[in-house]
Amino acid sequence: MNASATPDWRDQIFEVLQDHDVKQVYHVPDAGHGRLIEACQRSNSMRTLALTTEEEGIPLAAGAWLGGQRSVLLMQSSGVGNTINLMGMPKTLRFPFLTLITMRGDWGEFNSWQYPMGQATPKVLEAMGVLLYSVETAAEVKATVDAAARSAFNGGQAVAVLLRQKLIGIKNFGKK
Amino acid sequence: MSTQKATLQRRPLVKKILEGADDNLLVIAGLGSSNWDITEAGDRPLNMPLWGSMGAPVGMGLGLALAQPKKRVLVITGDGDMLMSLGSLATVAAQQPDNLAIVVLDNEKFGETGNQATHTSPLNNGPTDSGAGTDLAMIAKGCGIADTGTVRDASEVAALVKDVRTKKGPVFRLVKVMVEKLEFVMPPQDGAHLKDRFRQALLGHP
Repeated sequence: MNASATPDWRDQIFEVLQDHDVKQVYHVPDAGHGRLIEACQRSNSMRTLALTTEEEGIPLAAGAWLGGQRSVLLMQSSGVGNTINLMGMPKTLRFPFLTLITMRGDWGEFNSWQYPMGQATPKVLEAMGVLLYSVETAAEVKATVDAAARSAFNGGQAVAVLLRQKLIGIKNFGKK
Repeated sequence: MSTQKATLQRRPLVKKILEGADDNLLVIAGLGSSNWDITEAGDRPLNMPLWGSMGAPVGMGLGLALAQPKKRVLVITGDGDMLMSLGSLATVAAQQPDNLAIVVLDNEKFGETGNQATHTSPLNNGPTDSGAGTDLAMIAKGCGIADTGTVRDASEVAALVKDVRTKKGPVFRLVKVMVEKLEFVMPPQDGAHLKDRFRQALLGHP
């Protein structure tokens, strides 16, 4: 398979979300998720909601599920800390919850402010009972997000996919 | 900011708001007093009373309203809960759900923890009871919810009920209510049960 014919992994995530009938997409602005967010915004079958803080995504997902719709929360690791208290909701109400997290402070990060939350992200999610999947290479993205969506929507779990910085690329602010 | 004393009682008010609730009305109540209020009015499967998750009701109402555009979604919560998720009002405004109404019962206190002043209490209310005079209706309007209002008087209640049950949303109403010591009227507590009975009643499956 030649590299130029390989679909972009972010487009593959969009297809997986469509295949799983995800109707509501919650996000804050994010470079890593940018292309996926734009694809969702263009979709006729999805409603995208820009949030003021990542925390809003959890009750929104609960409400969507009460109303019979599937959703996904797209966020950056720096926003994970904002969600932790309400991340108890999927456990208490036992509803399917899927979040896709672009990692910072993870692999050659330039910005020291990103490290504390980036490094704590897997630990705090695990502490809240969220199932973690991690992806480092483009080739694994599609299958991993698909498995995560199955665990969430078929298995009733709260699931997070960590899209590692190795996959996304290092933001260098113009420095070498 | 107004310092006039509230005269409305939350329980009879909520009972009026929910009177004749049918399968078209989906209700979410914030933790604490609002939960007990809707439960005294009559526990029903299409009520989702929260026992925790402070700051969640407006977001839940929005997600539900978008998923069920033909149903009326009513969020009933308190000032303390609303203060914890002010940003959610901007997110509601960004989506403009025409089937969502939000009622904030504002007694200017954190009722469940001993009636400490919230920021909606007047600024100079004494050393242990001072707030900021925060006006949640003005905040909702500033967030971009065009249809907001404040209700203080019994003569305004009939219009309030009509607005939150039928008027094109998003509708936001702040209701100034008395500080009262009321009996706890508790719905089932198990979150999974509350969710399953709600979905069963709405969708026909849990």
